[in-house]
Amino acid sequence: MSRLLPFFGFLLLVLLFGFGIWWNTQHDQREVPSPLINKPAPAFVLPKLDDPAQTVSRDALLGKPYLINVFASWCIACGEEHPVLMTQGKSIGVPLVGYNYKDATDDAKDWLSKHGNPYDMVIVDREGRTAIDFGVYGAPESFLVDGKGVIRYKRIGPLTPEVIEKELKPAIAALSKEAP
Amino acid sequence: MSPRSSSVGAHPVRDNPTKRQTWGRAQGALLQMLCLLLFTGLAFAQAIDPLPFKDHAQEVRFQSLTRELRCLVCQNENLADSNADLARDLRHEVFDLMQQGKSDDEIKQYLVDRYSDFVLYDPPMKASTMLLWFGPFLILLAGAAVVVVTVRRRGRAAAAVANDKPTDEGDDW
Repeated sequence: MSRLLPFFGFLLLVLLFGFGIWWNTQHDQREVPSPLINKPAPAFVLPKLDDPAQTVSRDALLGKPYLINVFASWCIACGEEHPVLMTQGKSIGVPLVGYNYKDATDDAKDWLSKHGNPYDMVIVDREGRTAIDFGVYGAPESFLVDGKGVIRYKRIGPLTPEVIEKELKPAIAALSKEAP
Repeated sequence: MSPRSSSVGAHPVRDNPTKRQTWGRAQGALLQMLCLLLFTGLAFAQAIDPLPFKDHAQEVRFQSLTRELRCLVCQNENLADSNADLARDLRHEVFDLMQQGKSDDEIKQYLVDRYSDFVLYDPPMKASTMLLWFGPFLILLAGAAVVVVTVRRRGRAAAAVANDKPTDEGDDW
């Protein structure tokens, strides 16, 4: 029995190693879970892309849920996500708020006119200051905010049909269930 | 073998002198470039963004604080060293908070509230990090237990052998 002990030790290490590999294929190692889930979205006042004189604030958007989608014309993954938003954006059931992140206004406008505009409104964060409050560390990212202004779900990386079906839609369905 | 064996003069290669020569040159150029890169790195670290510090003490405090904070984009770099755009933004944020008279802990908390404990290179001690903090000691204890048990067992076995046959030369080793 004691002769087999090293073998069992080895087996244990193999299992641990295998588990580590499996775990890393299941999770994006670079993903940093947001501490803001189920916390109020940070107060923001940001200008609109098409009319910078007009601003949008968190409090103005209170009352019904919406999805903030952080995008930029320089962001490659946003280009992959964009067609998905174009085809499925209307079907998810909440307004899409485009969050133009650290982008040049003209580039953003060109990008949207070239690829289409899936957003109900687009707000601009040129310096990325408000994005820090949201804990944004790249694009694309998406935040589901409920009618009380609380962040309920965050997607880091592009929204794919699979993510929309498996994560976003259930999260939205949960919101409409609790709404009076 | 001479250290310059790859250059043509020292080591003529008949079949393909030109290729050899270009390779030698390419190597030299590469080495030069690497050396240059080494220095640009230093230069960047210094001039990454000149912030208007009040005094040297504040700059030192800023440097040590940003070195303890992780860059979210290139996750193996700290905020002080990273060239990522977001790291620059966060450095400015840290700088602004410093100007507002916030303490190091308040600044860290500010970033943790937004980016979770992940931004801290030094993880706080709490329920979810207990294993991280004490896991190594547990493993050390387990190892010590194994050693103690083994030594005792061998000691007993050796004593038994010694009692049986005093002239045994220790074949079991």
